[in-house]
Amino acid sequence: MSAMNVEQFLYHEARLLDTQQLEAWLELFTEDATYWIPLERNQQDPLETSSIIHDDRTLLELRVKQARHPRAHARQPLARTVHQVGNVMVSEEGTGEITVNSTLQLVEFRNEKQRLYGALVEHRLRRAGETFRIAHKRVDLVNSEGELDGIAVLF
Amino acid sequence: MAANEQLAMLVQADRVHRSVYADPAIFELEMERVFGRAWLVLGHESQARRPGDYFTTRMGREPVVVVRKDNGEIAVLVNRCAHRGATVCAEGRGNAERFVCPYHGWSYDRAGMLQAVPFAGGYEKDKLPKGLKSVPRVSVYRGFIFASLSPHGEDLEAFLGPARASFDDFVDRAPGGELEVAGGVFKHAYDGNWKLMLENHLDGAHPAWVHASSVAVARGAPEPGRPGEEHYYDIAVRQMRQNGAPDAVWDAIGMWTTPYGHGYMGDYHDDSRLVAGLGNPLFEDYRRRLVAAAGEKEAERILRVTLWNTIIYPNCSFMSQFRQLRIIHPVAVDRSVVHTYSFRMKDAPARMFRDTVAFANVVNGTGSWVLTDDLEVYERIQRGLSSGAVDWVYLGRGHGRDVDEPDGTRRGATGTSEIFVRAQLAAWLRYMSAK
Repeated sequence: MSAMNVEQFLYHEARLLDTQQLEAWLELFTEDATYWIPLERNQQDPLETSSIIHDDRTLLELRVKQARHPRAHARQPLARTVHQVGNVMVSEEGTGEITVNSTLQLVEFRNEKQRLYGALVEHRLRRAGETFRIAHKRVDLVNSEGELDGIAVLF
Repeated sequence: MAANEQLAMLVQADRVHRSVYADPAIFELEMERVFGRAWLVLGHESQARRPGDYFTTRMGREPVVVVRKDNGEIAVLVNRCAHRGATVCAEGRGNAERFVCPYHGWSYDRAGMLQAVPFAGGYEKDKLPKGLKSVPRVSVYRGFIFASLSPHGEDLEAFLGPARASFDDFVDRAPGGELEVAGGVFKHAYDGNWKLMLENHLDGAHPAWVHASSVAVARGAPEPGRPGEEHYYDIAVRQMRQNGAPDAVWDAIGMWTTPYGHGYMGDYHDDSRLVAGLGNPLFEDYRRRLVAAAGEKEAERILRVTLWNTIIYPNCSFMSQFRQLRIIHPVAVDRSVVHTYSFRMKDAPARMFRDTVAFANVVNGTGSWVLTDDLEVYERIQRGLSSGAVDWVYLGRGHGRDVDEPDGTRRGATGTSEIFVRAQLAAWLRYMSAK
């Protein structure tokens, strides 16, 4: 599988979020997927150190459903976003999974506030026919240890 | 502004003037008279155990270093070089023999005394400052570190009063009484006044509305597993569902306040897995260790205490049963920062800490389903109160029906009484008006 196709997949994922197709985005994740935004730099453990988000597939689904709830005060109306994916590198191509590292700049606009996030991202992808599914996504925000306003947007 | 008679007009029996939340001049006065006078929670002894261990924090807006001195006592030093004013200690924690100013190399020992000055010949020796400004009053209650920027005032035990019981609950639950800060520190911010958080944490009438969306999705989630067949998502789903407890539960939980504006609420959980841990296979192991350390009778007493949030006015909120503690740092009249700490019981089964972390993520995490809706509402309150079109905030729930208890607390007529806001504002007015 060429890096180009991996890139196209990451762009596709970003596009789903930026066009608010959250349910289609959720479907990219495998049933055993984890979605992780660590609290600490180089955090190894999600169970005995807190995380900004650490979801299994069930919790990630609740996150998407909450975003659609009419009384989701911090989420409705949904933020407008641009997920800018760059520096895509396939770092490991094993038999089952491909590890992909990339950078993410996310611009979020909501409630007359524009916020900018930068992150190092790691995907572990599994081949699924012509495309991929996400088995693990880790998003290391550059300011994860900083004083952050509430995060209701999806990375 | 600022004449005491004018301040007194702002806080009335069942209402408060919006300027208490929105006027920058009042905020400046609060930093001097509330945060400059009251005992503030700074942290826990486990953050500075050995001589030289230190951590930085803030008292109101004052940057301070909390450090263990060579004689074993805790010192709280204003993090500002006595020379030209730079912070002498970088933000964070560590262990230091000396605090050395990055500007001209003035160095201070662990007690804040000036030890060495480069180009010393250039100064008149008897005019050199003695050291960093030391915060005048420091005290520890059951491992929790407090300090006051004022040299005068009541001692810590009198300040805490009946709220000591909440700290006791926090510590007593740990077999052997050993707690340590662990698992990372959440730091979140919001565009709203610091008082909004302290008022919200005892408000049992808000979850059904503020948290409606997370309650709804959790109710639609797969059922949590039985003991021994648990899922990672169980703690999150259980806690979010519990916020949807019926009105009658909230009315019945109990709400107590103290003369210094502290307050605590009874527990609203009927979910034995979450708090009592009765359905948790680890719990029996934990209970055995607690009995071994405290004795059967005392262990039973400890586990019968069912408190939920406690507010220590004006800067702290904690949950003794789930070992979460939040410290609020006011930044501006409409900007606040909150640091959230989790605690590990050192002699409890190690895996119990995973529940604490999972709970922290769902309730206190910066990306939480729950906290984010609270923050959104704080910001909406701030926007509303910034409008001059309406002057008063109404605090009438349960007013006139408060009950004085023999232990010195005052109890709300129901668990959802707004007694806690009235008590906080009464304390606020006393700090603000005192000479």
